[in-house]
Amino acid sequence: MYRHDEFDAAFVRDRVAQFRDQVARRLDGRLTEDEFKPLRLQNGLYLQLHAYMLRVAIPYGTLSSDQMRVLAEIADRWDRGYGHFTTRQNIQFNWVRLADAPDILDRLADAGLHAIQTSGNCIRNVTADHFAGAAADEIEDPRPVAELIRQWSVAHPEFLYLPRKFKIAVTGAPADRAVTMAHDIGLRARRNAAGAPGYSVLLGGGMGRSPMLGKVIRDFLPKRDLLAYLEAILAIYNLRGRRDNKYKARIKILVHEAGLEVLRDEIEAEFARRKRAFDGPEVVPAVAELARIADQFAPPPLTARPPPSTIEMRARAADPAFARWADANTHPHRQAGHAVVTVSLKTPGEAPGDASSEQMRALADLADRYSLGELRISHTQNVVLPHVARDDLAALHAALGRHRLAAANAGLITDIIACPGLDYCALATARSIPVAQDIARRFAAPDRAREIGRFEIKISGCINACGHHHVGHVGILGLEKSGVESYQITLGGDPGAQAAIGERAGPGLAAEAVGPAIERLVAAYLDHRAGPDEAFVETFRRVGPEPFRAAIYARDAVEAG
Amino acid sequence: MTMRNLRIVSANDLLKGDVIYLAQDGGWTRRLAAAALARTEAEAATLLERAEAQPHRAVGPFLADVALDGAEPRPLHRRELFRARGPSTRPDLGRQAEDQ
Repeated sequence: MYRHDEFDAAFVRDRVAQFRDQVARRLDGRLTEDEFKPLRLQNGLYLQLHAYMLRVAIPYGTLSSDQMRVLAEIADRWDRGYGHFTTRQNIQFNWVRLADAPDILDRLADAGLHAIQTSGNCIRNVTADHFAGAAADEIEDPRPVAELIRQWSVAHPEFLYLPRKFKIAVTGAPADRAVTMAHDIGLRARRNAAGAPGYSVLLGGGMGRSPMLGKVIRDFLPKRDLLAYLEAILAIYNLRGRRDNKYKARIKILVHEAGLEVLRDEIEAEFARRKRAFDGPEVVPAVAELARIADQFAPPPLTARPPPSTIEMRARAADPAFARWADANTHPHRQAGHAVVTVSLKTPGEAPGDASSEQMRALADLADRYSLGELRISHTQNVVLPHVARDDLAALHAALGRHRLAAANAGLITDIIACPGLDYCALATARSIPVAQDIARRFAAPDRAREIGRFEIKISGCINACGHHHVGHVGILGLEKSGVESYQITLGGDPGAQAAIGERAGPGLAAEAVGPAIERLVAAYLDHRAGPDEAFVETFRRVGPEPFRAAIYARDAVEAG
Repeated sequence: MTMRNLRIVSANDLLKGDVIYLAQDGGWTRRLAAAALARTEAEAATLLERAEAQPHRAVGPFLADVALDGAEPRPLHRRELFRARGPSTRPDLGRQAEDQ
């Protein structure tokens, strides 16, 4: 795992000291709110409905057990004993006091964490595949390059006042667990015909009020050219992105309005200019620096264990609950006899992505015991233990159960993404969490969820789409209609390698009508699917939206509801 | 001019960030029941002006519509109801928890 070097540590400490001074000046009146607001936002501090909210970056979702313990400590000392993991692989604390924020940032700095650039019109926290460095299907670990991008983008003087926020995601696996098609830039690791490493570069994806999928701007970019090419994209966007209209300021709108070909020519010309500087007397990044970063992500010293695990097989036979969990919540590891474990933060009835300080500490302890002290935060708002011996799965499952963390539902219908919504967020137009809780309770029976199979529901409480509803197999968007919460349902979205934006099913539903509509939709899916291996989104592609629209809007049911 | 609804001024406390209301004496209160009520446009403008003159106590003051049909003003917009109470999914948090 990457640890801050002396430069990183000094830089973060300086920023905390600056912010401490800025807070003091706001409190004694030397700074107005208009002057202070951009400063606090640059340090991840928002003002939400009930209190200040601090958004802490977890770069590319990788976290050590010690860092997780610090997050738990912050939750206890300065918040209300819990945190909320987000779709951007961040954590949010919802009840922060302004005067405490500098102390929290100092404590984060102790652990090599910060909240810089988790807000504002800058390059945000770089996200990556949450199974990075562990998954069997990986071409390369995306984290060294994500870390390189982090170092390049933090406080990059040219890109701190972009037309709008800018999000970059990296995947090293063909499965695309990082939703690269829905980011301003998506990077997919690949090799060219000669076997040289590089990236397929996607540009102009994004969700929000104008959802668009990224388009391939460069089919193959050699690895050594990455930063120069990213700089070229950002420079063109900085120059040409719209600053007259917030809603048209993202690069996806520039791609849409200028056209991919025109933009590609401009980016290539800028790239040619910038590349000369990057390839000059001091090559950037230096080979030694790349090696230093890569060394910190060296594959862990795992000993191959011959599969299958006898211990796991016995536990499966003895305990159906464990077998269900091991089926749903483990992923093949690159090392024989090991598994990547998803710890669900979606126990039906709980708020998706929330973890108590007690759960965070338990996860840290279990990471030490079973996963070499490493954890990951997924964009699906779950926690991942990346390196678990299959022999240890049963013991891990039992321990997770003692902390209400053993839900066997990763990727299933109750593994719902939900933003904080109107329960917390100042931008929200409707609640998300209660809708997710209601749906999850309806499908809480483990055998039922398992029978339904892979089914991704994603809920956003406003058009900004933090809950990724556009790429949900079933998306739910909460709006306000005549003072009442109203929920639009979209169908057929997909966040993965076959990314798709869902299509709207029809008029909005009242909050209490959403759960029953999803139950009817699932019944229609079970009626129409070709077999248990055909996921809902695949059935949708095969048969189209009509049977599902009919189920959602079954007149008698909606009127009765 | 008389307004269709009564109005109060709400904001967030600068130091704590929590929800506060402008009180009749021109100070700030955490109690909705103690919020100053405006019945006319002129009264509402005066209250808002008074609130905006205290930028080092309150952040983002604004006028919110309320009804007076109970022990305390009832916010008419859903967002204001949640601000007044706390998250609907966590009755143990926010003002609603203090009232128990």
